[in-house]
Amino acid sequence: MRKAGQSLRLNLMRCALLVAILLTWEMASGVVVAEFFVSKPSAIGRALGSWLAGGNLFFHIGITALEAFTGFFLGASIGVVVGVVLGRIHILADLLHPFIIAFYSLPKIALAPLFILWIGIGIGMKITLTATVVFFLVFLNTYTGVRNVSRELESIMYLMGASERHVLTKVVLPSAITWVFAGLRISVPYALIGAIVGELIASNRGLGFLLANASGQFDTAGVFAALIVIMMLSFLLNALVRAAEIRLMPWKSAESQREVTI
Amino acid sequence: MSMAGPLIAFRKAGKTFHVDGRTVEAVRDIDLDVARGEFVALVGPSGCGKSTLLNMVAGLFQPSAGSITYAGTEVVRVNLKTGYMTQNDHLLPWRDVVGNIQVPLEIQGMPATQMRKRVASLIELVGLTGFEKSYPAQLSGGMRKRTALARLLAYDPETLLLDEPFAALDAQLRLNMQIELLDLSRRLNKSVLFVTHDLDEAAALCDRCVVFSPRPGTIRKIITSPLPRDRNLIRLRHDPAYQALAAELWDLITPTLALTRGEAG
Ligand SMILES: Nc1ncnc2c1ncn2[C@@H]1O[C@H](COP(=O)(O)OP(=O)(O)OP(=O)(O)O)[C@@H](O)[C@H]1O
Ligand SMILES: [Mg+2]
Repeated sequence: MRKAGQSLRLNLMRCALLVAILLTWEMASGVVVAEFFVSKPSAIGRALGSWLAGGNLFFHIGITALEAFTGFFLGASIGVVVGVVLGRIHILADLLHPFIIAFYSLPKIALAPLFILWIGIGIGMKITLTATVVFFLVFLNTYTGVRNVSRELESIMYLMGASERHVLTKVVLPSAITWVFAGLRISVPYALIGAIVGELIASNRGLGFLLANASGQFDTAGVFAALIVIMMLSFLLNALVRAAEIRLMPWKSAESQREVTI
Repeated sequence: MSMAGPLIAFRKAGKTFHVDGRTVEAVRDIDLDVARGEFVALVGPSGCGKSTLLNMVAGLFQPSAGSITYAGTEVVRVNLKTGYMTQNDHLLPWRDVVGNIQVPLEIQGMPATQMRKRVASLIELVGLTGFEKSYPAQLSGGMRKRTALARLLAYDPETLLLDEPFAALDAQLRLNMQIELLDLSRRLNKSVLFVTHDLDEAAALCDRCVVFSPRPGTIRKIITSPLPRDRNLIRLRHDPAYQALAAELWDLITPTLALTRGEAG
């Protein structure tokens, strides 16, 4: 574990770095590069401020968050279930393998027009798009995790009289969960891609809409402001995943605190 | 169940592994009867197939030649009458010591309060008090072995298959565990197949000791212990009968030592 003083110093240095970047940006804008292209922190701050004052920023954030989080949750849940089922039932996995690969190689975003045909341009479409993107990432990771479960541990469990259900809950799931979380973590930005792209294609609300709208009006500060909000949303989702990870895998933090011995 | 016949019977049992087109004959022509309540030690050079034999008694795989029967029926699937403490501890890394020991109890569906008591007494028995909440990665090799032993004792199987269970323990702890194991097996009339590289340990504990040849492992000799069934392990060092048995084992093993050393070098 890092000492408290050390981590304080690291955080101070990070703040200093951030301030330096913002200052350079502010001063270089309009001098080195035209402000039209890069805007500048003070203008972005003003844009954010006016959105906040207007009161509809939170409405847009709420829409995008709803789409991204619901889609993430749906896609991840289905991904875990399908991953575990196919990971355990080899015949089924062998049967479906080529179909899964075919679907996997398809860029999921390209399905957006199809989803619009099926379910319209409402929130449902963005949730479906997000869920589809997240599903594959989580499914493939879970599947790999379940396939990598130690056969020895399984045998030991069967020797103790374990049923298939015992093996699943006591060995397969805890062992695969590291993989599941790896899948979840890489899925976070993709969840936002799904929601934002959905909004970019067809919407009159959400951060994607805000982004497209600002860009349409050549409002660079607005574009940057929208990007920053999106980044913060992604940060939040990431933090949630991280928190769940620490709660669900206490042995991992025990392992990371352990001094290296071999 | 027929009490008359042997509990475990090896009949011309052999096992050949096929890996990448290479065949390795681990054991060959094993004929051995183990009676109910008997403590049988298996000794022999590394790689002679001792673990392989235990695996087959546990029913993890079948012999490629001959047969193995348990209580009169051929072992063709996982043998639930046996508890197996493997050479590697195979603890669940995501469970702490308590969690690992109670796995078999959870499987049996034991009520929580009873389970806590049983686990607590086992932890005391194997001397892990104070490490209840430690994960396997935070334990020493010997502590992991003791956790595995406690887990095995927790579910109280009819027959114990022990693969070098005390190899990583200090002398004192080892003697302690030996006493507990012997006492337990006698009291509950459990059969034990006990693999060890420590010939003194084999001599101290066994009713019979099976000495194997180098791979492919065959039985070179089966020695019946002259020691009484209830023996005092602490006093044993000075018992001439014990000393003679240990010496006999050493004399049997040393000639093959030259062979294995040559193979290694
Ligand atoms: N699963 C396996 N696949 C292929 N070969 C194996 C397997 N298990 C064991 N063997 C081979 O069988 C032989 C006997 O192995 P085994 O583990 O039974 O030896 P052992 O007597 O227990 O040795 P040690 O005293 O070192 O534990 C070895 O040559 C080993 O390489
Ligand atoms: Mg072995």
